[in-house]
Amino acid sequence: MKKSLLFPDFTVIRDPDKCIQCEVCVRQCAFDAHSFDKAANKVETDASKCVSCLRCATMCPTGALTVSEYQQNIRKNKNWTDKQIKELYKQAETGGILLTGMGTDKDYKIIWDHILLDAAQVTNPSIDPLREPMELRTYLGSKPDKIQLKIKNEKLKIEKPLSTFYSPLTKLPPQLKLETPILFSAMSYGAISLNTMRALARASDECGIFYNTGEGGLPKELYKYGKNTIVQVASGRFGVDPDYLDVAAAVEIKVGQGAKPGIGGHLPGEKVTDEISQTRMIPTGTDALSPAPHHDIYSIEDLSQLIYSIKEATEYKKPISVKVAAVHNIAAIASGIVRAGADIVAIDGLRGGTGAAPTRIRDNVGIPIELAIAAVDSRLRGEGIRNRASIIAAGGFRNSADVVKAIALGADAVYIGTAALVAMGCHLCQKCYTGKCNWGIATQDPYLVKRLNPEIASRRLVNLIKAWSHEIKEIMGGMGINAVESLRGNRLRLRGFDLHENELKILDIKPAGESM
Amino acid sequence: MIINSQNLTHKKLNEKIRSAVKSGVNRIELENVNGQRYIASGLKANVKIEIHGIAGNDLGSFMSGPEINVLGNAQDCVANTMDAGKISVHGSVGDILGYGMRGGKVFIKEDAGYRAGIHIKSYFAKGESASGGKEMVPVIVIGGSVRDFFAEYMAGGIMILLGLSGDKNIAGNFIGTGMHGGTIYIRGKIAKSQLGREVEFVKLDKSDDEIIKKYVSEFCGAFNLDRKKILREKFVKLKAIYHRPYGTIYAY
Repeated sequence: MKKSLLFPDFTVIRDPDKCIQCEVCVRQCAFDAHSFDKAANKVETDASKCVSCLRCATMCPTGALTVSEYQQNIRKNKNWTDKQIKELYKQAETGGILLTGMGTDKDYKIIWDHILLDAAQVTNPSIDPLREPMELRTYLGSKPDKIQLKIKNEKLKIEKPLSTFYSPLTKLPPQLKLETPILFSAMSYGAISLNTMRALARASDECGIFYNTGEGGLPKELYKYGKNTIVQVASGRFGVDPDYLDVAAAVEIKVGQGAKPGIGGHLPGEKVTDEISQTRMIPTGTDALSPAPHHDIYSIEDLSQLIYSIKEATEYKKPISVKVAAVHNIAAIASGIVRAGADIVAIDGLRGGTGAAPTRIRDNVGIPIELAIAAVDSRLRGEGIRNRASIIAAGGFRNSADVVKAIALGADAVYIGTAALVAMGCHLCQKCYTGKCNWGIATQDPYLVKRLNPEIASRRLVNLIKAWSHEIKEIMGGMGINAVESLRGNRLRLRGFDLHENELKILDIKPAGESM
Repeated sequence: MIINSQNLTHKKLNEKIRSAVKSGVNRIELENVNGQRYIASGLKANVKIEIHGIAGNDLGSFMSGPEINVLGNAQDCVANTMDAGKISVHGSVGDILGYGMRGGKVFIKEDAGYRAGIHIKSYFAKGESASGGKEMVPVIVIGGSVRDFFAEYMAGGIMILLGLSGDKNIAGNFIGTGMHGGTIYIRGKIAKSQLGREVEFVKLDKSDDEIIKKYVSEFCGAFNLDRKKILREKFVKLKAIYHRPYGTIYAY
């Protein structure tokens, strides 16, 4: 092969006055961007290998390293950008499908930033969440169409509890109880390290929320966190056995994910180590294929069959979720999922993250979660079946305001993945698919895995959930709302700013400036 | 213990099976089964279940341990994600037989539909102690013929197809598409054009003969068939060409 035409993504500047030749950067970089030249007796850098994860710059004891955009002046062209040119070179040199990690970095309009929240002024009181009770507790699962009560005693007395007069005849379907309407999104063992999973599990336990195993199975060591675990069943059926279904709080059928709708999972053989083989229950060293189609699901009726197969296997004790990517026809699809018997519908939007996806798919397929939530909620309400399932929204939630807006649009709770990884130390270099994560998150290399201390990472996650929950309470208090139940689907408290008329119509919100 | 399944929903029927198993019953006969789905789904026990009638979809899905004998046909998705145990069907089954199965045995006396043995896989399950553990090798033997996409995405285990029903075509097309592990044995002739791109014919050796003999004998025992007559015919063996069929399509 002739010399590659690829030019580097980044420039690494080493300040010679500050560098003490300690080689910390050499040890920290799994991409081998730094090396020690014995003959010259000094540390060298090959910037073409740099992915800008900033591990070296963060760990450098003297702050000698600066990573910045590649500074060679390529003639500026709005159409043929550096990125486009590099991708063409790469494909011309390999003949391969471009791979990437995390959610899309393309410059799409973020609708969250064009939705504004309301607050109470004069005519209705706001609430001070620091001194008044605020309710964030959320129950996910199917709610009955009506509640029937048996009257035990006709004469109501105010001093006695209601249960002495009535007993419920309606049996409530199984529910997941969340202390705050946030869950950790599905991330599988294989894509992320065991330490990362440990941190997610511990934090879920401490916060009274849930994490999701993804489709990579559940390491035995984490069975003790079963009551905070949602397990996935995907087309490859990795790690799915009676114990796995039994230990979890809920089971999620994965049909699709926002980063790669219509595309399956594919863990390359070299990542299927002994441990991964045990957990996924697949042979070591061979590709773990989890294709997009479940070949037993070609229709809503077939989906219903798998839902009830799992319900039977778990004796109807757990809610069953179905996760799909937000695609054009999402409202009708969600309606079908609810009618198929799912207790929870999880919808993953355009900006959802991934450990590996073809770049073209990640950057071009699906619709934004904001529109999907509104479309699905409206459709289910219109059909009178919104109570039959809860909606979990996913795909690029960056902060608590996004969460509040999602719930006001109609979601019951949100999944966060990327935000959780960033809280643990991810710098969004998008190289998860290489397995060389210098922050010890998306890797199985024992040397790198150790870099993430699960205690510290779990503490950071707990802090994040605590902080967001406080903020959600503050925002709700400002609106004069004291329970997340009253925020759900409350689109009257949202206003669109700089949104197209059609977008306002689908979101079913008024433009800013228009009153109630 | 005998359970009359007439007019029972799958939910009621499974409740009865589970409560019988919990009370220590180790042999259950289900009478008048008429397409009830999910029988023994997720059941983890050592129990023998005999089914009189037609078992519905997802028979023995996710189950670990039970031995099921169906005196009749069964429908789609038999042994879906089955972990351990044994299912014998004295008739034919529908599509997607043994989806993602990773242990135990499935014997079908007659035919199976499309995508039989999809995602079937094997692995070495380590025990609690360092020295313990066992090889999980699922086995499917089909007496008659199968339709397209036999052993699709196969990652491990053994699939044996006997072609006893006298069909001209023992199997459909795209045999072993996406296959990356395990072994297929087919008694009779298969054209190369019927194979998926990821599989190839491999010569049989002595160890293959032993494997075939072992499972065909067990199969014949289950259905009272003449083992010697079946073993007289020649078998062909199929293996995956690569463990990593799609390893080179990406640019890193």
